[in-house]
Amino acid sequence: MNREILLGDEAIGLGAIHAGISGVYGYPGTPSTEIFEFVERRTKKAGDVHAFWSTNEKVAYEEALGMSWAGKRTLVCMKHVGLNVAADAFMNSAVTGTHGGLVLAVADDPGMHSSQNEQDSRYFAQFALIPCFEPRNQQECYDMMFEAFELSEELSVPVMIRLVTRIAHSRAGVAIKEQLAQNELDPDKQIKKWTLLPSNARVQYKKLTEKQPELLRRAEDSSHNSLDLRGKSGVIACGLAGNYLFENLEPDHDYSILSMCQYPLPAGMVRSLVEHVDDLLILEDGYPLVESTVRGLFGLENVRVTGRMSGEVPRTGELNPDIVREALGMEPLPTAYESTSEISNRPPALCKGCPHTDSFRALNEALNNFDNPQVFSDIGCYTLAALPPLEAVHSCIAMGASIGMAAGAAHAGYSPAVAAIGDSTFSHGGITPLLSAVQQNVNLNVLVVDNSTVGMTGTQRSMSTGSTLDQIILGTGISEDHFRIIEPTPRNHDQNVEVMREELAFDGPSVIVARRACIEALKNRSN
Amino acid sequence: MEKNIILAGVGGQGILSIAFVIDNAALDAGFEFKQAEVHGMAQRGGAVQSNLRYGDSKIWSDIIPTGKADMVLSVEPLEVMRYRHYIRPGGWVVTSTTPYINIPDYPEHESLLAELAELENIVMVDTAHFARAAGNLRAQNMVTVGAASPLLDFEEDRLLAFVEMLFARKGEKMVAINQRAFHFGRAAGLFFRGLVDAGMPRLAALSLIGKLDPETIDEAHAGAWAEAIANDAAKLETVLAEEEAVACDRAAAFA
Repeated sequence: MNREILLGDEAIGLGAIHAGISGVYGYPGTPSTEIFEFVERRTKKAGDVHAFWSTNEKVAYEEALGMSWAGKRTLVCMKHVGLNVAADAFMNSAVTGTHGGLVLAVADDPGMHSSQNEQDSRYFAQFALIPCFEPRNQQECYDMMFEAFELSEELSVPVMIRLVTRIAHSRAGVAIKEQLAQNELDPDKQIKKWTLLPSNARVQYKKLTEKQPELLRRAEDSSHNSLDLRGKSGVIACGLAGNYLFENLEPDHDYSILSMCQYPLPAGMVRSLVEHVDDLLILEDGYPLVESTVRGLFGLENVRVTGRMSGEVPRTGELNPDIVREALGMEPLPTAYESTSEISNRPPALCKGCPHTDSFRALNEALNNFDNPQVFSDIGCYTLAALPPLEAVHSCIAMGASIGMAAGAAHAGYSPAVAAIGDSTFSHGGITPLLSAVQQNVNLNVLVVDNSTVGMTGTQRSMSTGSTLDQIILGTGISEDHFRIIEPTPRNHDQNVEVMREELAFDGPSVIVARRACIEALKNRSN
Repeated sequence: MEKNIILAGVGGQGILSIAFVIDNAALDAGFEFKQAEVHGMAQRGGAVQSNLRYGDSKIWSDIIPTGKADMVLSVEPLEVMRYRHYIRPGGWVVTSTTPYINIPDYPEHESLLAELAELENIVMVDTAHFARAAGNLRAQNMVTVGAASPLLDFEEDRLLAFVEMLFARKGEKMVAINQRAFHFGRAAGLFFRGLVDAGMPRLAALSLIGKLDPETIDEAHAGAWAEAIANDAAKLETVLAEEEAVACDRAAAFA
């Protein structure tokens, strides 16, 4: 048997290639980045799959939808918070429906290993009324792609594959199938389907609701959902939670178990289980979606339901075999050593020699004659400037939010309103708030740290760096006198502080670009 | 058979390269395996770990349950302490003794090593020493996996084949350096266990190994050294006072 070692992310990518995609779209974001990168790497030679990072997730989703319209299969991938950005296109694509198969692979991050929240994308699938698969292992990641594309084309719906960090970044051997041919170009001529004027949208939305019984039937019949009725204690285990459950159980256990990896929630199976048991433990990575649905507002009459909402499982954080063991009421396994709590942490930090350490040193000094100045910041490597020793920035919320928030704070009378943002984050979500601020002539100072790459996720191509970045900034209508470019080096420190001080003193919008390439990117380029 | 290994280190030390070698050996041997790792923010100089599991039957969880780890394989000594409570009774620690100090409150080195030496089953190896001897300080990860290799379930040749595959892109010289690092680690690990089994205190064994010529280290001489030095600190000092590295077959000269 031909087995290849793949990350869950890579298995998604290879599954998509072998299911015949013609394009992959996405914006980098941990833990989803490796999906796109794998497809890009793997198809580079043949050149038969369009693979070019998009400006942001919304753009990625819309490009994918266009490819679907043209009749071809496409994969679009992002992290969970990226789907917030793409939500407008995503929600409406469920209403239009698809033509060529469209699969959205979205990677959630329970436990927040590299994210600002642990939102659960299954809610988005439910919200949009589309099917969702939740692979338990790398083989399923691969195999489910074939099914997902078939389902998408058969029922004309986008299909979500929901990953979590632990499967996205775990490797195993995967058995490989034969590659399917790509679809021919076949534009969808059903104009009313794609033109969501209210009169059309009402028709399309009704069609979407009418697909629901069929989607439910598919989930009930799915080979990924299985019900094993045994004793009076029941467990519903969603996705990876099933692995943590079976890790702890002997084959002759007495639990009645519903293992679930395909949504919508298979109501018939849940009913059979509920009618069979006296108590029911619900295990799911992410939010208590299944638990809150099964429990309802008032709970079940004859069955005691436990899980994240009742406290048997912690309300927040990633599941693991130990948590599931405890929820099952089993004794911990013996260990050779006790855990020692006082081990010093090693917090992540900007790389040794990162040029933008100098950008933030200069900013700190330029701001030192203000009383407790707060700097709005954004998402990227430079978020690490929030930590010691720099402690130079004081917010991190959403891609591009630094500029919008600085503008709002300035509206409220706060000064100096400073925003720090990276070049790629700027192209992703910073252009529109800057345009707003310049057009309103808001008194704010934007520092764009231009390292010429998407640093945090592994040096992918940045859309707006160098002269492209400069032209975009000038295009907002900002005064050329208050658009400054500096080179952050120790030697230029005093001069850079002076530039910053001048712009802080100016009453109006200013942008300073601190330009020096990421050392990791330089290393990768020279390899 | 099932083997659960926690690979530990600091971002940039190359624990994913260790994972590559063992993953491929596991696949090659027809085992089931799962290997979960950390990407993203934590890689920026943070503590990193990878859970590697292989065996001849179904492996469910990507995460190793507390109490099921057979081994903590660490490229950094402090990182052992972060994960040692996962180890099952009778499980092993294989660790580098070379500290990676990127935090202000890193513990004092001597007391950290003393604490490690108290653990029940441990192989300690000065990876910086052997990586340097092999030709590249960055090869400490290969020294560590070499030291752990006798406790794994693969032929040495198979592991070395995947070390070669891993570094092939970087040229023959890098392959040779890393394979040599692996050899040094393996020999040093076996020799360390031989000395300890023959009654030599662990920290004394560590000091002695550091003085021996890496090319000559062979577990066959462990008994002779343990007998020659026994628990006699003065005798060990005599060896350490030698100007040049000492050949491993010269134990009798110090008895």
